Amino acid sequence: MKLEKIYNELQDNVSDEKVTRRDALSKAGNFGIKAALASLPFVLSSLITKSAKAQSTTDIIAVLNFALTLEYLEAKFYQMGLAAPGLIPAGDRTVFLQISKHETAHVGALQGTITSLGGTPVSEPTFDFTAGGTYPDVFTNYATFLTLAQAFEDTGVRAYKGQAGNLISNDAVLTAALQIHSVEARHASEVRRIRNNKGWITQANTGGAPAPVYNGENNFMQGGLDVRTITTVSADAITEAFDETLTKDQVLAIAGPFIVM
Amino acid sequence: MSEEIKGTGGELITLVKKPISRRNFLVFTGISAAAVTLGIQGCKEDSVTTPIGTGVDLGSGDVGILNYAYALEQLEAAFYIKVMSSPYSGMTAAESSILSDIRDHEIAHRDFFKAAISAVATPIPSLEVNFSSINFADRASVLNTAKAFEDLGVSAYNGAGYFITSAVYLELAGKIVSVEARHAAAIRDLLNPRSADFAGDDVVNATTGLDVQRKPSQVLPIAATYLTTTVTANNLP
Repeated sequence: MKLEKIYNELQDNVSDEKVTRRDALSKAGNFGIKAALASLPFVLSSLITKSAKAQSTTDIIAVLNFALTLEYLEAKFYQMGLAAPGLIPAGDRTVFLQISKHETAHVGALQGTITSLGGTPVSEPTFDFTAGGTYPDVFTNYATFLTLAQAFEDTGVRAYKGQAGNLISNDAVLTAALQIHSVEARHASEVRRIRNNKGWITQANTGGAPAPVYNGENNFMQGGLDVRTITTVSADAITEAFDETLTKDQVLAIAGPFIVM
Repeated sequence: MSEEIKGTGGELITLVKKPISRRNFLVFTGISAAAVTLGIQGCKEDSVTTPIGTGVDLGSGDVGILNYAYALEQLEAAFYIKVMSSPYSGMTAAESSILSDIRDHEIAHRDFFKAAISAVATPIPSLEVNFSSINFADRASVLNTAKAFEDLGVSAYNGAGYFITSAVYLELAGKIVSVEARHAAAIRDLLNPRSADFAGDDVVNATTGLDVQRKPSQVLPIAATYLTTTVTANNLP
């Protein structure tokens, strides 16, 4: 686990960027985008400032680079899984081709968005999906592969959700992040059901995935209300009905063992 | 009104053009979010839901968006309650488990929004639904309607997120939309098992990997098919 390195990497790519509107325009590198931004002179420079705690472009880029790191991880994981002979049964291959297609698309979408904001996308880390030997058969044993797929998808859902508030000042980026977030949830549901789990998370049940992935999912308090006191459905159903967030630190602690450098 | 600009490198910037709403006016004039929050509680304009004829208007601001979500959750809850009170013939145990779970989730969402709105304003009343177009005895009719509702819900939350000014409400919407997306995938998999449909190209853009998003003005006409009560969003985008 090289958490410190991940942090530094993310930080470096932030501090490098002294983003001005002019830089952003010059880095957009695409005539259509340049023309559009030039015609809306305040869109990028002000990032449609609307919240009391408006995020700077630097903050937004840092969040996107964090998301990009997770998408690199997922994209590589499915590419390697699909390439491993005999790992994924023929009947499930269509599902994983679809998931893989999306994760690769997310990498491209995030890289493009970071660049268009004047940032520099972090480079792809080197991954070790055995997590230093914890999952030695990840690409030879389908059950292990599925367990990690569920862990990565459910972590992804929680990670994007946890960052939504940090994107609230940029309408376009927030919307795109939400649009990725729900795709990760569709993936999570499908992978969970292939494993004969429910598509949704009951309490903080791990289904064999690392416990930190589900830490805090057994929550009944929403918006200051104890949902048990305002509805008749079961406690299990309440926990299923609300997915919970993870902080960046919590996510990096989960992903860290799979990232070599 | 929004337009999507796609560059050659997969860039995705949606430029949103909208008239200056009360919210943006406050932003432009430099009034803090705290004042906006107070406004939600104290300002008639934000909290009032105006009955129009036999209809209901959702109101404006964050409360308007919460009422919007409450309306959609009412619709979904009513649908699944009906599905499970008269199960279609041949409903398997696995299908029954999934559909009753989803029913309970939608009830929890519905009850939560009613309570959350009540804490700051008057929620819209209970809506009268119209399910005459659905054959509840028929599996395909039920599951295809469920698919439509879940995909609609996902797109509605995705498209409404950026109109929310409160980070707390935004996070709550996030906690719910991913559950709707889990539902959508499960229902789609019941209809076409182990295919690409759980996150099909009809909803997830094959190039960008982004799910559908819709504004209230695009969602409500679809929802209206299943509502007797006329729901308007005259003060929402």
